[in-house]
Amino acid sequence: MDEKILEIENLAVEYRTDDGVVKAVNGLDLTLEKGGTLGLVGETGAGKTTTALSIMRLLPDPQGVITSGSIKFAGQDILSLSKGELRKMRGQHISMVFQDPMTSLNPILTVGDQIAEAIRLHEKISRAEAAVRAQSMLERVGIPPNRYSEYPHQFSGGMKQRVVIAIALACNPQLLIADEPTTALDVTIQAQVLALMNKLKNDFETSMIIITHDLGVVAEMCDRVAILYCGEIVEYGSLEDIFDHPEHPYTKGLFSSIPDLDTRASRLTPIPGLAPDPSRLPKGCKFANRCSMKRPECVKTDPPVVNLDDLHRVKCLLAQGKDAEQHATLG
Amino acid sequence: MLPLVETKGLKKHFRVPDGWLHAVDGIDISIGEGMTLGIVGESGCGKSTLGRLLLQLLEPTDGVIRFQQKDVSSPNKAQLKELRKDMQMIFQDPYSSLNPRMTVAEIISEPMRRYHLYKGAALRDRVTTLMNTVGLEQRLENSYPHELDGGRRQRIGIARALALEPKFIVCDEPVSALDVSIQAQILNLMMDLQEEYGLTYMFITHDLSVVKHISDDIAVMYLGQLVEQSPADRLFEEPRHPYSKALLSAIPRPKIRVERQRIILKEEISSPINPTPGCRFAPRCIYAVDECRTSNQELVEVDSGHFVACHRVNEI
Repeated sequence: MDEKILEIENLAVEYRTDDGVVKAVNGLDLTLEKGGTLGLVGETGAGKTTTALSIMRLLPDPQGVITSGSIKFAGQDILSLSKGELRKMRGQHISMVFQDPMTSLNPILTVGDQIAEAIRLHEKISRAEAAVRAQSMLERVGIPPNRYSEYPHQFSGGMKQRVVIAIALACNPQLLIADEPTTALDVTIQAQVLALMNKLKNDFETSMIIITHDLGVVAEMCDRVAILYCGEIVEYGSLEDIFDHPEHPYTKGLFSSIPDLDTRASRLTPIPGLAPDPSRLPKGCKFANRCSMKRPECVKTDPPVVNLDDLHRVKCLLAQGKDAEQHATLG
Repeated sequence: MLPLVETKGLKKHFRVPDGWLHAVDGIDISIGEGMTLGIVGESGCGKSTLGRLLLQLLEPTDGVIRFQQKDVSSPNKAQLKELRKDMQMIFQDPYSSLNPRMTVAEIISEPMRRYHLYKGAALRDRVTTLMNTVGLEQRLENSYPHELDGGRRQRIGIARALALEPKFIVCDEPVSALDVSIQAQILNLMMDLQEEYGLTYMFITHDLSVVKHISDDIAVMYLGQLVEQSPADRLFEEPRHPYSKALLSAIPRPKIRVERQRIILKEEISSPINPTPGCRFAPRCIYAVDECRTSNQELVEVDSGHFVACHRVNEI
């Protein structure tokens, strides 16, 4: 797992709107190892989808602008690719599954043809061969191949999302980005789709980025987790780091906001207040106004990223010194 | 304790091109005063239709609705107006359930103006009190909904529902559109208000961890019918109906290193249009026998307060 499939360094993205500049992503560093599954967790406006769209180079043009940083996919700089090269990359090397399967399929094409279309865009094969490949893809996602000629409206939500996954994996991409792939689905259907994605990930050896707000989905699918807040990674680590030893007050707050099914607490402990307006971000720590552990210096300086160990890192002033402490106890 | 709201054999069938869609098909529920009944089920199971029937927003096809022991199944206009004062609703989508052309204060005061309850300064005071109650800052009273975030908008919806001092509130997915940290704020607020005003809730949701947190009792709905009803903790400890078992096992839990047996359901769902006799869940049920496909089992009490509708409940 040493080979890096994706390396993002100091990425900053802003949306230039009539009402002002919205800073959606602010200095994001992220790497994904080959075969790994990374969970990008955060609330509305945290910059999860913007990060994904930056990797795909699908930011709305001309509002969405990458102002700094670099994105390398398998060693290649994505930001310097031409339009033609990008078109080759999308679907063949990097694919994306969107949240809403109802709107990501074309209503007037049969599902089989939509899978075959993706294959024919990237490989020089005949229509007949593409159709055979598409049928086998349908089978792999658990849909009987004889439903090839049906239209999306004849499928249930869960089946539509399977078709979208089939399209995404048709060319065996190295990286699959799934943006809230099960949020629009019922819980029993969600369980089916997650099980399918886990199986396909192993079959195809695909690296994955899963964007979600559901820590339950993360626990089930991911081996690395990045917690986003206001376009920054406030905490990053292995699944165990984040679930067993969350360090950032925001990560802890997220966990205590979820009702626990195994115990009965009379009250939840929500994170007070609201995320700041992304067009008017504060100078210091962006979480400070909601943080119960806030110190005076938090609002003055942007907290540094503290490496707790090789993997686990936290962007919080309170974590400063913990790295040294840990080294001391280890030594 | 006497029930505040009660239904017997409540049905709502909709005419559709292919026949009759049995959205709600013979539901008996009873909610005690000051209690919360959670209704869970997946999309299309009829849970929102049930809520709308109770509030008289839809007319039942058959069955009885009782409110404070009085039959209110087919009220006349004057009765309905009185009834609506006692029954309110909080909607799922805080974006589309608020009039975009009214200010916060106008939205909250509208029910009271409709019922001529307060005037002038008294009305303004009342709006201020309500805004305080739900945690909305005073300075927002002249703002429009589009200027506010989802959590604040949902607070407006709650203040509006409280304006007439209702006894019963149907909450239809009130936190589903909100982020988790905001969701927890709103859930806490709703539980505080219940305690303070002795409110009775029917809480409709597909989110099982939320429903467990807020409910005293939970009813599980499947294609228009109840398959299980039980005290909330009991249901999560020991679900008895095969559908409830599958539903609870499917929740992704934010815990690691917990081995769980997950029941994956077949996808074929029977249609609620002109349903055949027999258990509606039978086509997806791994325990189904011939009897399940021909006759429908009513809810049977298997334990104190715990009802299950399954032929084979004692075998599985």
